[in-house]
Amino acid sequence: MKMLRLALLLPFLGLLWLPFYDRIEPSFLGFPFFYWYQLAWVPLTSLLVLLVWKKGARS
Amino acid sequence: MTAQAPGPAALIVFILFFAATILLGSTVSWWRAHRPAHGADKSEDWGLGGRQFGTWVTWFLVGGDFYTAYTVIAVPALVYATGAFGFFALPYTIIVYPFVFLVMPILWRIAHAGRHATAADIVRARFGSRPLELAIACSGLVAVMPYIALQLIGIRTVIAALGLPGEIPLIVAFVSLAAYTWLGGLHAPALTAFIKDIMIYIAVLAAVIVIPVHLGGYAAMFATAAQHLPKPEGNHALMAGQAVPYATLALSSALAAFLYPHTLTGVLAARSADTIRKNAVMLPAYTLLLGLIAMLGLMAHAAGIVTTHSSSVVPLLFLAIFPAWFSGFCFAAVAVGALVPAAVMAIGAANLVTRNILTGRGQDVGAARIVAFGVKLGALACVLFLNAQFAIDLQLLGGLWILQTFPALVLGLTRIRFSAGAMLLGWTVGTLFGTYLCFQDGLKPTHVLALGGLHQAVSTGLLALLVNIGVVAVATVLVPGRRTETTVA
Repeated sequence: MKMLRLALLLPFLGLLWLPFYDRIEPSFLGFPFFYWYQLAWVPLTSLLVLLVWKKGARS
Repeated sequence: MTAQAPGPAALIVFILFFAATILLGSTVSWWRAHRPAHGADKSEDWGLGGRQFGTWVTWFLVGGDFYTAYTVIAVPALVYATGAFGFFALPYTIIVYPFVFLVMPILWRIAHAGRHATAADIVRARFGSRPLELAIACSGLVAVMPYIALQLIGIRTVIAALGLPGEIPLIVAFVSLAAYTWLGGLHAPALTAFIKDIMIYIAVLAAVIVIPVHLGGYAAMFATAAQHLPKPEGNHALMAGQAVPYATLALSSALAAFLYPHTLTGVLAARSADTIRKNAVMLPAYTLLLGLIAMLGLMAHAAGIVTTHSSSVVPLLFLAIFPAWFSGFCFAAVAVGALVPAAVMAIGAANLVTRNILTGRGQDVGAARIVAFGVKLGALACVLFLNAQFAIDLQLLGGLWILQTFPALVLGLTRIRFSAGAMLLGWTVGTLFGTYLCFQDGLKPTHVLALGGLHQAVSTGLLALLVNIGVVAVATVLVPGRRTETTVA
């Protein structure tokens, strides 16, 4: 359960390390990579929190 | 503002929605069946909604309170002025939720068990130190005051865009806000937050669908906007040297966000710890909206809006794209969007003053009402008599100051036995050091560090927090244990 909580560090890594996404291409639906990558982290973070909560509560 | 006024249709729609919301919020105690929560006294009902808000009310309240009207004006304004850099609000409002999920249910449980209503209450219970309680309360108060002023500036911006001259409309808006908070307490913003949010959602969704259609799709919009902004090197989205400020500002903002009195009030008013966890999952929906709102700054470039007064970017864009009546609706959304957070902020400030600064007034709902009124009056005076830049500068410093309460409030939750003296010393050094740096840099949010010939701008708030934590750690090693009332010169 404690280990699972480490999954909550992923959004911090993914969003605070700029070399991952400080780029224009590849774009998606007209959105440069910089924008769609960050927007994609919104539902992803939501899911991660849900996962940690539900799995954590079960164990 | 030289833009043409949008005419009577916009004005009528604006007044209709604004007045309806005020009326609904002010009369909440009449038409809501009066049922104070079990064991909750009158002041707890006014200041914390009796700690009975369920998942949806909390979602609307915290959403309405965290993503303020000022956000709708200021984030696109920053994006308009700086391009991609202005989007740091997006990672900020994403990484804040894992933090909320881990920390806020613990704070809620402590507050619920001890019937605390403020951060300073919680810190007093943890460290048993009156000076530390006062320090935390003062940080909260000075951080939230300019925030209220900014909401009033948000209202004034849209009123000005409607073509109403002078300060009278702002004073009318202020009186409405005051009546609304006085009568309804936290129930007023809680129950009108859903109107605000639905209106903002409609306005923004219309904008992000209609405007790109006008401009030939998103790809064309991004391409046109890029021509009006400085060009980053190669395939980069940010300019050289902006990456570290982007990340550190996002991190420091995220750590500070839920330490503010208004956000914490929203969290502590929840019914249970699971209500907060559920909201940590659901609140990112607003972040998606914020991402779209930020895009308005780019769309304004693509739509050919040219202004040096960047806070009027959003009103000008709405006027340029939408029919007059719908612009009126969008402006009402922004104005109503200012009421909800301003009311919660005034209530959060009142809780601090009545419970932590003046002692023995915690149960007195009359005193809380008067303080909430005084706080708003101060914000109004700030907007009317000092310039808007003063409020903006103070809000920047407020972010730095509130971040210095992080060790006492959050690190205090760990098993490490920090002393009250160490916390107070860290708070003092962090606050003074950060304020000094900020003034040295001409009130900018970042400070340039020179490390072996490498110059790098970093969030000043984060630097001050690191110094603060360093001092706390050293002082704890030197004077360990949980001795209360350690005196610090």
